[in-house]
Amino acid sequence: MKKLIVLVMTIMMAAGLAAGCGGTKSPEKKEAAPAKVLRVGTEPTFAPFEFQKKDSKDFDGFDMDLIRAVGQKMNMKVEIQNMGFDALIPALNAGNIDVAVAGISITEDRKKAVDFTDAYYESGLIVVVNKNDTSIKGVNDLKDKKIAVQIGTTGAEKAAKVPGAKVTTFNTNAEVFLELKNKGVDAVIIDKPVAAYYLVQGGKDSAKMVGEVMEAESYGMAFKKGNKLAAEANKALAELKKDGTYAKLYKQWFGEEPKAK
Amino acid sequence: MNFNLEIITNAMPLLLAGAGITIEVSALSVGFGLAIGCIISLIRMTSIKPLRWFGNVYVDFIRGTPLLVQIFLVYFALPALIGHRVDAFFAAISACSINSGAYVAEIFRGGIQSIDKGQMEAGRSLGMTWWQTMRFIILPQAFKRIIPPLGNEFIAMLKDSSLVSVIGFEELTRRGQLIIARTYASFEIWLAVALIYLLMTFAVARLVSRLERRYDTSR
Repeated sequence: MKKLIVLVMTIMMAAGLAAGCGGTKSPEKKEAAPAKVLRVGTEPTFAPFEFQKKDSKDFDGFDMDLIRAVGQKMNMKVEIQNMGFDALIPALNAGNIDVAVAGISITEDRKKAVDFTDAYYESGLIVVVNKNDTSIKGVNDLKDKKIAVQIGTTGAEKAAKVPGAKVTTFNTNAEVFLELKNKGVDAVIIDKPVAAYYLVQGGKDSAKMVGEVMEAESYGMAFKKGNKLAAEANKALAELKKDGTYAKLYKQWFGEEPKAK
Repeated sequence: MNFNLEIITNAMPLLLAGAGITIEVSALSVGFGLAIGCIISLIRMTSIKPLRWFGNVYVDFIRGTPLLVQIFLVYFALPALIGHRVDAFFAAISACSINSGAYVAEIFRGGIQSIDKGQMEAGRSLGMTWWQTMRFIILPQAFKRIIPPLGNEFIAMLKDSSLVSVIGFEELTRRGQLIIARTYASFEIWLAVALIYLLMTFAVARLVSRLERRYDTSR
């Protein structure tokens, strides 16, 4: 038995040494390696920017089409991963993904943690309430009310500033809207295009938008601080804007021309 | 890599408040779970077939589905069924109690079955009914045997209670997530949260061993 153990250990060590030696001897292999992969992180409960297709597990939406176009321009293969919105920036910092594209608003706080590309969409926040609610006409009526938001979003930050409000944070926007429908909260603070899309898709039977658009903010693609891919992505975005692909995608998803920048 | 201690000290009050909620949810859940589990395990031993069947289905379903799914069912699916909203606190405690109840039922069954059959025979031969034998002879002996697995269940529930974060309930894990969403200090906050959980489970484990020693009749 002892001899068998010694034999097995010797074989394992020899195999380990051989693998180790083999690894250092082939730098020329890299050119033959497959195309580089752009690992994208997203949180797919944000239609029409990112959401799961009805009949497949692929992701659809303006953000998804845009990053695929950007990846093509950068000559990289795009792989999209699904995670919680508040997990996106930690995933960037941990190196699990290269870029986060999830309707992320560019804010001063976030700029301290990540590098953003140029803005690719102009947005803002809006308040959504139940259809037959007549007491709330805008964010100023939200004092001491119950608000549902998605964790880590600018909507959550806005709700936190409402005096006396009781804020419940959920992981996904599906749950946020469901909570409103179940009357668990009085209002939701969320990005306007997402609210608009929700209403068009049938939400208007139970909910409505009130008040004005707040906190004009732009979406950007987030990269880890110092990642050189950010500059490449910016170049790709500029090319897409120049050759009309960006305008085409914008019109396809939002039905109107992008605002001139 | 730089470890930011200041973020942890600033976050502590919030995290500890969350820990308080965790203990509250766990204690209530295991408390109700004990009652539910005791009843269910006795039901499973009766000769009334429908009752026994109900007990078995209950245990199989609850043990066969993840607690996360059960929480979603109670909070989001049930309102659709009954037509009006379920309060978050009620949903959290119910889901966790019902879950705990199934496992406690199995713990009780194990404890009761480990008591020598002769005890039941002796009780019956003295003229006691099945229920009287259970209450005065079997259950008191079984109690001592089920203390370790019950303590285990409480410790498990302390950690499983983190799942109620998905219905927005701000217990310890959720508090950690919210702070990270603001500060991006993943490593520091998660480490602090893990340490607090460790402290809680350690305290419970010590309490359980004290309880075991108190009831130990072999010393």
